Amino acid sequence: MGALGKVFKYLKPYWKLVLLSIVMLIIVVAFDLLIPRLTQRAIDEGINAGNLQIVISSALLILGASLLSALFAIINSTASIVASQRFSHDLREALFRKIQQFSFGNLDHLGTGELLVNLTSDMNMVEMAARMLMRIATRAPLMMVGAIFMIFRTSTFLGYRVLIIMGVVVVLIGFLIPRLQKLFTSVQQKLDKLNTVLQENLSGMRVIKSFVRQDYESQRFETANEDFTKLNITTGRLMGGLFPLMFFILNIGIVIVVYSGGNQVIQGTLTLGEMIAFLNYLGMVMFPLLFLAMIIGMLASAGASAKRIWTVLSAAEEVVDRPSAQEMPAIKGQVEFKNVSFSYRAKSENGDIKHGDPVLKNINFSVKPGETVAILGATGSGKTSLVNLIARLYEVTEGQVLIDGIDVRDVTQESLQSQIGIALQEAILFSGTIGDNIRYGRPQASEEEIQRAARVAQAEDFINSFAEGYEYHVGERGANLSGGQKQRVSIARAVAMDPAILILDDSTSAVDVDTEARIQEEMAEVLKGRTSFIIAQRISTVLGADKIIVLDDGEICSVGNHQELMQRCPVYRDIYTSQLGNGGVNNDNRN
Amino acid sequence: MTTATKSSRSSSAPRRGPGRGHGSMPIESVKDFRQTTRRLFKYFAKFKWALIVTVFLVIGYTLLGLVNPILLGRAIDVNILQSDLEGLRQTAVLMLVVFFSSAALQFTASFIMASVSQRMLKQIRTELFDHLQQLSLKFFDENQAGDLMSRLTNDIDAINRAISQNITQLIGNLLTVVGVVIVMVTLNLWLTLAAMIVTPIMFFVTGRIAILSRKNFRRLQGATGELNAVMEETISGQRAVKIFRQNRSAIQQFGQANDEVRNVGIRALTISMVLMPLMSFMGNMDVAVIIGIGGWLAVSGIGGVTVGLIATFVNYVQRFTEPLRHISELYNSLQSALAGAERVFKILDTEPEMIDLPDALPVDDIAGDVRFENVSFSYVEDVPVMKKFNLHAKAGETIALVGPTGAGKTTTINLLSRFYDIDEGAIYIDNNEIKTLKVDDLRRSLGIVLQDNFLFSGTVMDNIRYGRLDATDEEVYEAARLANAETFIHRLPEGYNTQLSERASNLSQGQRQLLSIARAILANPKILILDEATSSVDTRTEKHIQEALLRLMEGRTAFVIAHRLSTIRNADQVLVINGGEIIERGTHHELLALRGFYYNLYMSQFKGKTIEELEVALG
Repeated sequence: MGALGKVFKYLKPYWKLVLLSIVMLIIVVAFDLLIPRLTQRAIDEGINAGNLQIVISSALLILGASLLSALFAIINSTASIVASQRFSHDLREALFRKIQQFSFGNLDHLGTGELLVNLTSDMNMVEMAARMLMRIATRAPLMMVGAIFMIFRTSTFLGYRVLIIMGVVVVLIGFLIPRLQKLFTSVQQKLDKLNTVLQENLSGMRVIKSFVRQDYESQRFETANEDFTKLNITTGRLMGGLFPLMFFILNIGIVIVVYSGGNQVIQGTLTLGEMIAFLNYLGMVMFPLLFLAMIIGMLASAGASAKRIWTVLSAAEEVVDRPSAQEMPAIKGQVEFKNVSFSYRAKSENGDIKHGDPVLKNINFSVKPGETVAILGATGSGKTSLVNLIARLYEVTEGQVLIDGIDVRDVTQESLQSQIGIALQEAILFSGTIGDNIRYGRPQASEEEIQRAARVAQAEDFINSFAEGYEYHVGERGANLSGGQKQRVSIARAVAMDPAILILDDSTSAVDVDTEARIQEEMAEVLKGRTSFIIAQRISTVLGADKIIVLDDGEICSVGNHQELMQRCPVYRDIYTSQLGNGGVNNDNRN
Repeated sequence: MTTATKSSRSSSAPRRGPGRGHGSMPIESVKDFRQTTRRLFKYFAKFKWALIVTVFLVIGYTLLGLVNPILLGRAIDVNILQSDLEGLRQTAVLMLVVFFSSAALQFTASFIMASVSQRMLKQIRTELFDHLQQLSLKFFDENQAGDLMSRLTNDIDAINRAISQNITQLIGNLLTVVGVVIVMVTLNLWLTLAAMIVTPIMFFVTGRIAILSRKNFRRLQGATGELNAVMEETISGQRAVKIFRQNRSAIQQFGQANDEVRNVGIRALTISMVLMPLMSFMGNMDVAVIIGIGGWLAVSGIGGVTVGLIATFVNYVQRFTEPLRHISELYNSLQSALAGAERVFKILDTEPEMIDLPDALPVDDIAGDVRFENVSFSYVEDVPVMKKFNLHAKAGETIALVGPTGAGKTTTINLLSRFYDIDEGAIYIDNNEIKTLKVDDLRRSLGIVLQDNFLFSGTVMDNIRYGRLDATDEEVYEAARLANAETFIHRLPEGYNTQLSERASNLSQGQRQLLSIARAILANPKILILDEATSSVDTRTEKHIQEALLRLMEGRTAFVIAHRLSTIRNADQVLVINGGEIIERGTHHELLALRGFYYNLYMSQFKGKTIEELEVALG
């Protein structure tokens, strides 16, 4: 539970509230412990002594004590809620801000899905743990200790007898908790398995229907379903058996008190009121004991959540501005790679983050301001990695990336990235209007600039086909646009930034050839006077570039224009001919 | 001692599996209470006897629970105060017996219920899953996978909680309340009346607080939904946020939502948490009243009140307030279970896709002649996607479908597979209208390789075998070899036994494509459909795939959809589709000579070069 402690340092600013709620809790417990004593007084000195005044005054005292106890309990719950809500608010904010500092590398390791779980479920678990620690988790042991103390004060003789019973309960809980937890873990695993089958089934429905595999799928589900059900029955039976057992043991304690205590009352060594008070205290010891099992389980999973949160909070940002970092002056557009090698850092099996195999090896090239550079190569040859280094989205492993002769590591990320426009491979849009989305990179862009960017990206036609035009509301993640439309908005967004360097990372893969050609035509105007990098699969896209860089397995095969590459670079020739369908020509001949 | 929390209110955020949440569930209500309940009860029918036994067990242990306070009173009044040691021993033994039987009954009840509830849930899950298999693609177009997942997990979990715990608890609690009142009245009317003084106040106060807390929890639900939406969108689009440096505005947006959750959360939780101390105060108040009034009656010797009776009543009063408090909680939980059940039933009520006609023909051996005659179709009413569409592919021909996005290429294939039924016209395979064929047989004779080449978790072997479950290992190897997949499979750490991770993320897209081709080869279909099968693969990998595909297409009727014109140069017929109609048809060379739509499409891909230049470049 060390991680829980680390995370709880966000509770520090609210230490007064925490202290208040704990103090209140102690008072509440004190009052609760007082009530059986007052009952005892009412019986012994009141009813049995025939003293009406003491009966009435005891009743009033009980009323007063419970009223105060309730009041203090309300103060306790309010203080603990305020503290825990503020705590979780602050922790969530810290986590969110931390994520905003992350570079692409961090996001690769941590995974956006995981991060979301951290921000939601994990956060709730930790908040709940904080609240519990200020309430029930402290109250239960406090109550137990207090009640045990009172038990022995009331009757040492009976105290030792019930101590044995308590011992049995403690041993039983200690024995069962680890087993139950193990069982719960495997239930969770079976559930995950069931969900995997389901998830795959739903996403692969077209394939399933094509191959007519519905029955096979039902069988797969049946197996997972039966496993899950069986384990759930076992767990349910165990849990169902546990509570009656615990209560029975507790009740044995009551019988012992009634019998032995009754004996003592008859012998005159114990009063009736004391015996009844003793019974009450016994309940106060036993009930928290039952909750203790639940609390321990809860704290354990909160601990696991806290650990995950802490992993994120304590992750080192991979790309950090140097203390001496300067503002990047206005970029002219000269880009140079000097002996650049790069490898992604990956999480190894034991959780360490290590450099993997190099993705780029000894890359050297230089681009003059205003040039259009096409990057070509097979999937996994390092194209995306190369352009990501220009904007310093990752840190080079070796060598230098220079823009206008300045190492990108010597300037602030903000000043560098604000001058580079990127259309990513995956077009990520946000909910809001289409206009908002295009304006995303430069909120101050004018209406006219937005429209021009849309025109260049060939997005104007489809935007105008919406009744609302640029006010058309894009759903979360661009759900109501097609893949090609999303890509075009994403290109428009990069263009609207009016950047000194423009990077298009395979950003027209879902656009049909015709539209792509038109984008290229319009783009020519935009590309004038700025350096641009275009990653593409289609050879037609790269034919007009000033320079073509051909990557082969992380190394530059060659840099040059089309004619030069046709002569120098066999990989390029290969791509070129394969794309024009050499095989097809042979077939034609055969026909 | 329950702690209300807000762990399970997120609707859209991912969770580590359902059922971990505690406390207040989202507050929901069922639309048709009667209908849903009745239907849910039908699932119990199979377990009728087990349930009847359980109800008796619950009644049994609840009643036994009511006996103990009387025994305690007897121990005090009759035994201890009369110094009757032997009697005390008897009473103690009796108490022990009652405690034991109560525990035994309770244990048996939970033992039975654990099995009954889980078996019933399994049945619902199975029915739902099997039904989903029968639904049309249209249904999956309209319902997001995430929502369906939630039906099968969260909703069923809500039903689970209700039936595995709440129903028995509800019966027990109601019975306890009624039983306690009856026993108290028979024991002593005056003390009962004294004990009841507090009850109306309790009802009033808890009712008020419950309403207030409900209102605030609903607001909290809204605020949390808002926060989750902001987080989900920002985090999943984090890379775009980063490169456009919108971190500050994201933080600001988040900050507002986060503040709101904190503020609303403090209010909602504080209100709901006031309930507990108040309830326990009122419980104690009852004790005070009974001691006060009972003590007064005992001292004054009115109404036969004794110390033992007071002890009994104190005990009963505590048993009376607990269940009352739980009943409203149980009611809420039942409501959300029923709401979940209602949604599940709604899916079960969705009509399955086209069912075979009673006299549907089996499809044994087909030649592969495919004809579309005047086919019209629309996905959404009044938005026609296909108009009077005609097509004829002779057995063994390769047909390429070309055209801009949304022109209707994929629709053609959807209709041939009968994923959707046509509005007008007819589609024939070997002169049999496909409507008259068994759907399963029809699909078995078609082999489809999709752009999104979906693979399942499992081994490479399993995935290829998915094409034909009874294929031998040798046949699988052969299919992989034909698909050019053998080389990379051998390079995998465990060859054919390599486990693919979920969605096969440990393979490249090209490798996944090769596996899905091997899968189609193994299925050995008479008609082959390749829908953008190579669009997102680099051209060198594509060459491998191309070879495999050519091998696959040999001797079969094939439909090929592709963006890349190079893929379709060797088709027997090229159909250029635009706006749901065929606007040009012919071979590649014929269409180029036509200098029409196809020519322009082709040229746009090799802008700036003349055809002649290109043909030269190709050698």
